[in-house]
Amino acid sequence: MSDAALTSHISPQPVVKPKLSRDDWIMRACMVGIGSLLVIFIVLPLYTMLSKSVENKAEEFIGLANFNEYFSTPALFQSAANSLSIALISTFVVISVAFVYGYALTRTCMPYKWLFKIIAVIPLLTPSLLGGISLVYWFGNQGVAKALLLGETIYGPIGITIGSSYWVFPHALMIIITALSITDARLYEAADALRTTKFRTFFTVTLPGCKYGLTSAAFVVFTLVFTDFGVPKVIGGNYNMLATDVYKQVIGQQNFQMGAVVSVVLLVPAILAFVVDQIVQKKQVAMLSARAVPYAPKPSAGRDMSMLIFCSIVALVIVGMLGMAQYAALVKFWPYNLSLSFSNYDFDVMDGGGWEAFWNSLEMATYTAIIGTVVIFYGSYLMEKGRGFDVGRKIFHMLAILPLAVPGLVLGLAYIFFFNNPANPFHFVYGTIGILVLVSISHFYTVSHLTAVTALKQMDPEFESVSASLKAPFYKTFFRVTVPVCTPAILDVSMYLFLNAMTTVSAVIFLYSSDTTLASVAVMNMDDAGDIAPAAAMAMMIAYTCAGVRIMHSILSRGLIKHTQAWRNH
Amino acid sequence: MSIDNAKKPYLKIKNLTKRFGKFTALDNISLDIFESEFVCFLGPSGCGKTTLLRAIAGLDIQTLGSIEQNDTNISGLPPAERDFGIVFQSYALFPNLTVNKNVGYGLENRKIPRTQIKSRVEELLELVGLPEQGSKYPAQLSGGQQQRIALARALATSPGLLLLDEPLSALDARVRDRLRGEIKSLQRRLGVTTIMVTHDQEEALTMADRIVVMDHGLIEQVGSPEEIYSQPKTAFVADFIGTMNFIPGIVTVNGAVTVGPAVIQCGTTTFKAGDKIFVAIRPEDINAQDIAVDDNNVIEVEIRSLEFMGSFYRATLGGGAFANSDVYADFSINLMRRKSVEVGNKLPVRLPSNFIQVYTANGA
Ligand SMILES: Nc1ncnc2c1ncn2[C@@H]1O[C@H](COP(=O)(O)OP(=O)(O)O)[C@@H](O)[C@H]1O
Ligand SMILES: [Mg+2]
Repeated sequence: MSDAALTSHISPQPVVKPKLSRDDWIMRACMVGIGSLLVIFIVLPLYTMLSKSVENKAEEFIGLANFNEYFSTPALFQSAANSLSIALISTFVVISVAFVYGYALTRTCMPYKWLFKIIAVIPLLTPSLLGGISLVYWFGNQGVAKALLLGETIYGPIGITIGSSYWVFPHALMIIITALSITDARLYEAADALRTTKFRTFFTVTLPGCKYGLTSAAFVVFTLVFTDFGVPKVIGGNYNMLATDVYKQVIGQQNFQMGAVVSVVLLVPAILAFVVDQIVQKKQVAMLSARAVPYAPKPSAGRDMSMLIFCSIVALVIVGMLGMAQYAALVKFWPYNLSLSFSNYDFDVMDGGGWEAFWNSLEMATYTAIIGTVVIFYGSYLMEKGRGFDVGRKIFHMLAILPLAVPGLVLGLAYIFFFNNPANPFHFVYGTIGILVLVSISHFYTVSHLTAVTALKQMDPEFESVSASLKAPFYKTFFRVTVPVCTPAILDVSMYLFLNAMTTVSAVIFLYSSDTTLASVAVMNMDDAGDIAPAAAMAMMIAYTCAGVRIMHSILSRGLIKHTQAWRNH
Repeated sequence: MSIDNAKKPYLKIKNLTKRFGKFTALDNISLDIFESEFVCFLGPSGCGKTTLLRAIAGLDIQTLGSIEQNDTNISGLPPAERDFGIVFQSYALFPNLTVNKNVGYGLENRKIPRTQIKSRVEELLELVGLPEQGSKYPAQLSGGQQQRIALARALATSPGLLLLDEPLSALDARVRDRLRGEIKSLQRRLGVTTIMVTHDQEEALTMADRIVVMDHGLIEQVGSPEEIYSQPKTAFVADFIGTMNFIPGIVTVNGAVTVGPAVIQCGTTTFKAGDKIFVAIRPEDINAQDIAVDDNNVIEVEIRSLEFMGSFYRATLGGGAFANSDVYADFSINLMRRKSVEVGNKLPVRLPSNFIQVYTANGA
């Protein structure tokens, strides 16, 4: 105390302490508020789960004994090896196919690009289970093309690999297309001027130019497949994977501790992939130059034709998956009575939740989209445009990025541990639609947050400076300028949240109650009970809804942009 | 333009230091700015001009030091509690609002009746020469027009201080020249105290009442454009503004300098005999006409090259006392006609001692 007084006496100039304005206080308070929500709904549940993994059933601390047990159980250990090999093979397949497909869309003059773009999006509109169900009809015991497998069974690694590749394809494709689109045309002009062969240009310019995008896509695919639960559940047969193990431990054997242990094992590679991806993306940003010239491909008959053939095959596979699910949903009694009817859509006469499950899903996805968009966009605004408070903003950013590293199944299990505890003040959300909304927002937080941040970063940082000089309160500028200018990004975020909330299985599988069954869960339960055709019908209901929302989104975007963003057209 | 020294400063900046981590962007800056003055912060990119302007605005508050505006200490205040209007290089106009809404933005939260806002906006658009453009969106206007709207918006609330950060740098040359004059006359008419940041010396020389030349976070010199140009205090200022010849020499005993074989008379009061210095003189001050026999500071030189500059020729002189240090001199067309000035010819030139500056060569 006396020391401090002394130094301030000697030092001629004290450090200037900025006075905070009312706006600063409000913004910081709101950011701390949203940050606390992230802590409560992501960090604390994860922490609870981690501590469960080092406890016994009596909730006593037992160190790594559970892990010891896990690794000495050969069957469980085998699952890890299975998950790893399936994830690696799928990553290789998906990245190769998506790269050629993306190359065709960005770097060639192949006809019907628009159609191929639309088809590539289809898997995003369906739950991951749909691919598995379709495969059963194509190659299952009574499948139409069973002979093509030459006696191999689809129930196992083959089915899981194909089904997983199908639904992660658009995720990889989007990243690869972005990477291919940002390459600078001037590099190609230079290569042309130096008379470099096309072949060499590809290996010296094209590939290095998108290596970060490819790496990033590979990690995303690996993590998605490694942690996915839907596909192996439907088509995995007796082939065990980590994600299905978690489910079996928790739902089948009620062994929560072991479930937590498997979750931790599931979390490790996901976090590793996440960290590598973060590093890679930092490098990619550095490669972007503001003066890059977009690349405009020139026609080349041979190349364009072979690309058309390749993309047509991929598109056919995707359409075939969706088409078979639709056909199966309409067929009366496969394979004996192939006449068409809507009887499979009569969900109320089947176990699994009935039509109510569908309406629940709709309600849940709508809440997720609305509440999620508001909270996430406002949070990213506070983080991006707040003044000072650098430490707080950095922490907030880390909290917002964290969910990307946590597989849905793991987060769902963490939620059980955290919210099922009656001593938890938030215990009341357990078993309600609220917890499903919470887990969906949390699980899909990161991508939405990053979308919003990107849009906010594109706005002139001096808007806030000017408003402050004009003494306009921050919320006035937020509502009158920031929100209207960011409308396209806001719509993107809400659609992203809706589609994912509608299709996710893994995040919600542990959390629904008999009153809050969801459509995607119903698909799984009906499939489990052997009602595969109604499961396909329900999966198609999800697909129609998602397609409808996507179409609505593009109409709405166009309309809104015309209306609120008249300035863009001039 | 002379500043009445008895007048109290409107803005008092005292011992301002700004650090970004370990890097010192502003190093103990002190400066007074008077009411109704037009001051330019001039210096190379990265010297800290914007940092100083943002500290004055409260957008990035200084690490140490104080700022007083109108006798109030505003050192730590947030921007919203200070009194200023600001214009950026990027215009920062709200793209989704019309020109009218942009200009009226600051008036809306002051409980002013709508009709009054409307007439004030019209008045401001008139002032910046863009009446009738109120219902357009910023993207429909040219860069120069957008910057005028930004200026109107900054002036709308009649702030006591107008801050301009490179307002003309994003515009092309002709628009820039026109706006220079317009901003200057607008500032005179309104009498608003104005600080403009620029890296363009011509802009500063033509617009400012006083120029603050900065380098590496320090103020090198403060003065009127004439002072800065004709009596640059440091070699940096001399070099940064206009063209300046630096000729190496050594101080002799009697306040003169030897440059090669020649002796040049100049005021070297602050230097000791034997000090290594630079004799600095501007090209237009090197005299080749009416040289009398007994004039001092006359040197015989050789014309190495000639460059036609429109209204004059720029000659590169060398040889004689200049040896191999190329010295520029500006010769009028008239002189070129009267004397046979041609490349390779020898010619006597005079360096008038009242136009000579002397700077130390130590550390240069
Ligand atoms: N937010 C910041 N963080 C770190 N360094 C900064 C920051 N802002 C400015 N600087 C550094 O301070 C120096 C002065 O910057 P600035 O005032 O913008 O220069 P200028 O004279 O070109 O306007 C530069 O070297 C710049 O890199
Ligand atoms: Mg600057």
